[in-house]
Amino acid sequence: MTDTTASSIPERRAPSQAWWNAVNAWLLLLPAAVLLVAFTHYPILATIRHSLFITKRNGTEVFVGLDSYQAMEADPIFWKALINNFWFALGTVPTSIALALVMAIWVNRNMRGRGFLRLAYFTPTVLPMIAVANIWLFFYTPDYGLLDQLRGLFGLGGWNWLGDPSTVMGCLIVMVIWKEAGFFMIFYLAALQQLSPDLEEAASIEGASRWYTFRRITFPLLMPTTLFVAINAVINSFKLVDHLVIMTKGGPNNASTLLLYYIYEVAFTFQDSSYAATLTVVLLLLLSAVALVKFGYLDRRIHYQ
Amino acid sequence: MSAITLNRVSKFWGAMRAVDDVSLTADEGSLLVLLGPSGCGKSTTLRLIAGLEEADAGTISIGGADVTHLTPAQRKISMVFQSYALFPHLSVAENIVFGLRVRRVSRAERDGRLKRVADIVGLSHLLERKPSQLSGGQRQRVALGRAIIAEARICLMDEPLSNLDAKLRHEMRTEIRTLQQRLGMTMVYVTHDQTEAMTMADRVVLMRDGRIEQNGSPEELYNRPATAFTARFIGSPPMNLVRQGDRLIGVRPEHVQIVADGDRAARVKAVEHLGADSIVLCEIDGQPISVRLEGFSKVQSGEDVRLAWDAAHEHRFDSTSEVRLDDIANEDRLAASAR
Repeated sequence: MTDTTASSIPERRAPSQAWWNAVNAWLLLLPAAVLLVAFTHYPILATIRHSLFITKRNGTEVFVGLDSYQAMEADPIFWKALINNFWFALGTVPTSIALALVMAIWVNRNMRGRGFLRLAYFTPTVLPMIAVANIWLFFYTPDYGLLDQLRGLFGLGGWNWLGDPSTVMGCLIVMVIWKEAGFFMIFYLAALQQLSPDLEEAASIEGASRWYTFRRITFPLLMPTTLFVAINAVINSFKLVDHLVIMTKGGPNNASTLLLYYIYEVAFTFQDSSYAATLTVVLLLLLSAVALVKFGYLDRRIHYQ
Repeated sequence: MSAITLNRVSKFWGAMRAVDDVSLTADEGSLLVLLGPSGCGKSTTLRLIAGLEEADAGTISIGGADVTHLTPAQRKISMVFQSYALFPHLSVAENIVFGLRVRRVSRAERDGRLKRVADIVGLSHLLERKPSQLSGGQRQRVALGRAIIAEARICLMDEPLSNLDAKLRHEMRTEIRTLQQRLGMTMVYVTHDQTEAMTMADRVVLMRDGRIEQNGSPEELYNRPATAFTARFIGSPPMNLVRQGDRLIGVRPEHVQIVADGDRAARVKAVEHLGADSIVLCEIDGQPISVRLEGFSKVQSGEDVRLAWDAAHEHRFDSTSEVRLDDIANEDRLAASAR
């Protein structure tokens, strides 16, 4: 009795059930899909379209094709911002990741004051960015800022750290490393705590030194975290705006202008929205290239547990 | 000759005595099992031998040399962890030769030894796989391979079979024992499973609350348990202990018989049929007692039966100290504890 009813129901309902399953799945995905399309995909397409037009003063749009891109190619400030951004990324990403890893290994050990140390490392992350910028502005202030007071102890004169094209980028890099390293440390700390202590013990029984164990066991097993953190660090280095607004406004002589800050200036100070759209497309291409490298190449070469 | 000697070794976790004044000796080429319920200190004892924990008191020597303050690597031992501790990002081959690479063994020798070990543990066809692509039994073999490739004289095993299913556990038990004898290793093997201890060991050290309860051959532990704790721990089902005045009378289930003219009345509570034999669970004056009968027993639960056993098969224990009574040494211990 029970056997026949149990077997006949799925047979009868098989096609309609599959259909219903598909509808159900799409309905469940719908809210997220709507948000993604409305706030991510549509704006991207709109930006690309907008970069091919210019807006007249009376509000009408005129198709100009790749004119804006040609203007961009001839724009020295765009190239300056791009090169600045390259050096900025190179200066912040590897150092902040290395520092984060060292700090995580340091606070992962059993020791007194561990909780306090973890909190201290994480503090830069929880501070509001405007406050952070103001603190560092004080450090870098000529003559009576912290840095110059320290120089004064050694009899050195004042230095306009943020006002000199040769030091402004270095100053920003140091500040961003200070801010990012603590944040990345949390990810490394979480990953380290996922690792079984047995692995380290097994390695120590085989006679592996601490450095050898780190190089052959711990670091490779942390690679997924390293990749995640690296991608975030690169993206963050392109997204930095707020500190620049407070501290340098891109100066002096565009020595600290980064790509997104330049876009912000073009769009809201110079009110040239179609050129801003053109620059945004470049930024989008750069970030998609980073994402492609991650998903297409690196993910396949890394061991995920 | 003794390969491993522990002399009055202790390890404390704060106020807890994880290992409390333990002395034991493992003979060269023998398999010593550290047996006990969870939390009895057997794994800590093993970690002390391995050097993964440092002893708070006492000395440990391996092959006659004092190793109490040496690092794990300096002790020249190998170890198999309960979790296997395989490196998940390395292939089977790389896992096995990890220690050889650390010691910079030449490539030719590494390959030769890997081939030999892979044959021994039956992994030759899986060397390129990652641990996550292996079954539980295969992972166990990788761990075993990594332990034997170093050709250390001493191999420590921390509950190596506890993550396997019953059938595989039985197979690996025999395999590990054969391997140990073939390679002539001295093995210290931690388990909470008394069957593993009984079937594999040359010597069993039964531990309880950080102390050694009894140290002897499997046969001694079975036939002459020094305490009621040992009697209850060894054997499946364990020894029956019936309270009589200030004594505990112990009888193995296979020594109890159901006979018409038996001198004790009992009621059958349940019957377990195991195939070759049956376990009849009875009750005498509210105390449980199990009887092992050959074949498929026809006794029904609820039935009243009469039980009998030969007095020669009785073990007597003091009911408060639980110490065996016919043992002169134990009489002294009893007297000491009474003072």
